[in-house]
Amino acid sequence: MAILEVEHIQKSFGATRVLDDISFTLEKGKTLSLIGSSGSGKTTLLRCLNFLETPDQGVIRVTGEVLLDMAQPQKQTAALLRKKRLHFGLVFQSFNLFPQYTALENVTLAGSLLARERPDYREHKKDILAELEAQAMDLLTQMGLRDRAERYPHQLSGGQCQRVAIARALALHPDILCFDEPTSALDPELTGEVLRVIRELAERETTMMIVTHEMAFARDVADTVIFMDDGKICEQGDPREVFDHPKEERTRQFLARYRQER
Amino acid sequence: MEQILQQMPIVIGALNTGFLQTLKLFFVTLLGALPLGLVIALGSMSRSLVISLFTRTIVWIVRGSPLMIQLLIIYYFPGLVLHTPIWGGGESGRFLAASVAFILNYACYFSEIYRGGIQGIPRGQDEAGLVLGMTPRQIFFHVKLLQMIKAIVPPISNEIMTLVKDTSLSRIIALQEIIWAGQSFLKGSQGISGAIWPLFFTAVYYLVWNGIMTIVLGRVEKRLNYFR
Ligand SMILES: Nc1ncnc2c1ncn2[C@@H]1O[C@H](COP(=O)(O)OP(=O)(O)O)[C@@H](O)[C@H]1O
Ligand SMILES: [Mg+2]
Repeated sequence: MAILEVEHIQKSFGATRVLDDISFTLEKGKTLSLIGSSGSGKTTLLRCLNFLETPDQGVIRVTGEVLLDMAQPQKQTAALLRKKRLHFGLVFQSFNLFPQYTALENVTLAGSLLARERPDYREHKKDILAELEAQAMDLLTQMGLRDRAERYPHQLSGGQCQRVAIARALALHPDILCFDEPTSALDPELTGEVLRVIRELAERETTMMIVTHEMAFARDVADTVIFMDDGKICEQGDPREVFDHPKEERTRQFLARYRQER
Repeated sequence: MEQILQQMPIVIGALNTGFLQTLKLFFVTLLGALPLGLVIALGSMSRSLVISLFTRTIVWIVRGSPLMIQLLIIYYFPGLVLHTPIWGGGESGRFLAASVAFILNYACYFSEIYRGGIQGIPRGQDEAGLVLGMTPRQIFFHVKLLQMIKAIVPPISNEIMTLVKDTSLSRIIALQEIIWAGQSFLKGSQGISGAIWPLFFTAVYYLVWNGIMTIVLGRVEKRLNYFR
């Protein structure tokens, strides 16, 4: 069964329709690449999934549970919204690390605040926090940052910051981890280290949605690819199919532009 | 020279007393204006147009006119024009009026600094917190507050250094601060008259106090230097 089902999402800013009838599904453990020219609505789609924007219409289901159904809008309490959000993780183009916290603290902060709501928090505070820290250390190690755990964001390179941000998102065990152009803010020589950890996550069957302009990477790492154009899904399918034998003229034009640039 | 040395103990005593009043006004102003500034900042950012327009107009008036005039109006207007002296007589009345004028004036300046600090935090910090399941309250206290404090410490420090010197403006309503104390030896006081040097000498007090403030505020700034 699909872990994520998105149906007929529609979103306008004022008079401009930014997302138009977006529907797709994603299987557990699979990776989805989202490609498309700038302004085609990729960021807005990720933001809708993460409840940073509210779609005007549409349904979002995770493991069968309806998180959002604009046809039957219920009053979202803040606590409920927060719980729904946690099904998703989001890695931003510009990292958005918290500058006053070390890499390790960036990874543990949200978890330690959430833990305060546990009924056994007072009793086992020390153990809970120690466990969160050990888990964060594991994640940083997985990101190749074990020896950078005590550094502050300004003491890290862009690639290292983005890997901290990935660890921070993973720490909350999201069902689906979203990436919005995770390497676009990086110097070319630093993109490789970030793409490598995302590739490792794909191999470990992390469910992911990745917006990227790294076409070779998108083709390689993804199980499905969606090409978005002007707020619509223009073409979707197996990456080899879409990249090598695009059915739509728009897809062909878009891909040709990328081939030329290189 | 010899005469100055003779006058010195008397003058220093009087200047110390005056400077105590200066310091009292300084601390009362900070104590009132630092929190009031935050209230005004929140008011000027309010979603209600009435509140934000009202607050911004007050800030504009207070920042756009001389503090000296504000002191005069606040001290004299209730008594001389409205015939309802609300400040009470004597030194305590003058101090009360001066405190109100200074707190209002500095709160308006602080509010603009706070506003810059609050609005200067990138939207991405909020969004990162939200996506990680933090509540707006947690985001404010655990993510944004320290970044805001770091951003406002240097401009607030500047205002604090200015405040030390601005307290001398309260001389205009005859508050018995250090300028008033220095000037008294010109007209004659405690057997000394026609002496101009005590007035000049008051500058030393301001310099020393601002020196101390520079060191203290510099330390605070340095403490926050561990992140960017
Ligand atoms: N908050 C907003 N208000 C108004 N227009 C927006 C807003 N966010 C995005 N847009 C517009 O929506 C369109 C899609 O943007 P976006 O989702 O960022 O595209 P992409 O990520 O594919 O480049 C763009 O035309 C953009 O200008
Ligand atoms: Mg985008």
